[in-house]
Amino acid sequence: MQIYLKLIWAYLKIGIFGFGGGYAMLSLVEKAVVEPGWITETMFTDIVAISQMTPGPIGINSATYIGFVAPGSVDPALQGIGWGLLGSVLATLAVTVPSFFLVLYSAHFIRRHHESGAIKAVFSGLRPVVVGLIASAAIMLMNAANFNPNGISWQMWMNIGICAIAFILAYFPIKIGKKTFKIHPILIIILAGITGFALYY
Amino acid sequence: MRHPQEYINFAYRNADICRHSDMILYKFSMQAETQQVKTPLWQLFASFFKIGAFTFGGGWAMISIIEREIVDKYHWIERDDFLDLLAVAQSLPGILAVNIATAIGDKLRGTRGSIIASLGTILPSFLIILAIAIFLTPDMIKNNRVISSIFMGIRPAVVALIIAPVLTSAKAAKLGWKTVWIPLIVALMISLDLGFISSPILYIILGALGGFLLWWIPRRSRS
Repeated sequence: MQIYLKLIWAYLKIGIFGFGGGYAMLSLVEKAVVEPGWITETMFTDIVAISQMTPGPIGINSATYIGFVAPGSVDPALQGIGWGLLGSVLATLAVTVPSFFLVLYSAHFIRRHHESGAIKAVFSGLRPVVVGLIASAAIMLMNAANFNPNGISWQMWMNIGICAIAFILAYFPIKIGKKTFKIHPILIIILAGITGFALYY
Repeated sequence: MRHPQEYINFAYRNADICRHSDMILYKFSMQAETQQVKTPLWQLFASFFKIGAFTFGGGWAMISIIEREIVDKYHWIERDDFLDLLAVAQSLPGILAVNIATAIGDKLRGTRGSIIASLGTILPSFLIILAIAIFLTPDMIKNNRVISSIFMGIRPAVVALIIAPVLTSAKAAKLGWKTVWIPLIVALMISLDLGFISSPILYIILGALGGFLLWWIPRRSRS
């Protein structure tokens, strides 16, 4: 049963110290779950691969999966869906709860002092930085793993084409007659998935 | 010939009616205002459930979908307010996607809204991973050619979905020639990945400090 307390503690720590989100958090997760022997190194790589192939934040994905697997791998008496479910619920909540309260309290604080000149000044300084942060996220994803995973050049050009078309669809409104509308990003993702299946399967 | 009192009574009644209709108008406008502010909780949940279900490649990839759902479609939040909430969500530790959901849920419907929005974001991935953990082995996913071919198509599109909000948020931040260097340098430094000087949190602190000092120093020198 101790494993559940350990799981909660490990994921609370990840939730509190995991700055930068996503992949920046992964090294923290790896340290927290591989070192105590809850899962093996290869299993961890598998989980990362699965997280990349399923929707949702990678932090949640790994917490849910490891929370499910860890109790059974530490104590054979805790194998089974019920015990695993308990572990995944606890780990997922533990990783989200600290930041939930931090965001909530800072949001309340900011709202209370919304009219203060200092808060307005801080946000006017933050806005251009946030634009830069989004841009850096885009730049860092322009890598071989996303565009050329198999090292085949025709695939790379295809992927660049998919990216360019997706951008045009996402950014520019379409005019039909007098109506202008934009294509929903979810539809773009679905179309890209179909294109990927058609091209690469 | 009417008694003068009748005219006076009539005038009073008229004024009363006027005042009354004013009240009604006032009440209507108040109602319209509160209706505009109050977002239905189920709609908030549905929106963030969709956002959670289609977020591939981390919290930043959510921005396009959130922008479309919350700013463009339902007009729940203005674009520059959205940028401020992003700043809060990114400045704090934890999972970016959940932080964004918490901040927006709170802005729209207070604490209850933040719980609903975060649960909506978490639930799709929680359920999918749980289903995989219960019914499948990692190898069945990893070596599945159908899934990997689909994702080869999705990944470059996700990159495009992060480039688009760079431009829309640059517009919302009203970047001019005096400020456009800030995001350029931030993006360059972070993507070079040089350890400490490439950590996003450093630039958040610098941005907040810079904004504060630009406001504080002229004030101090004046007084």
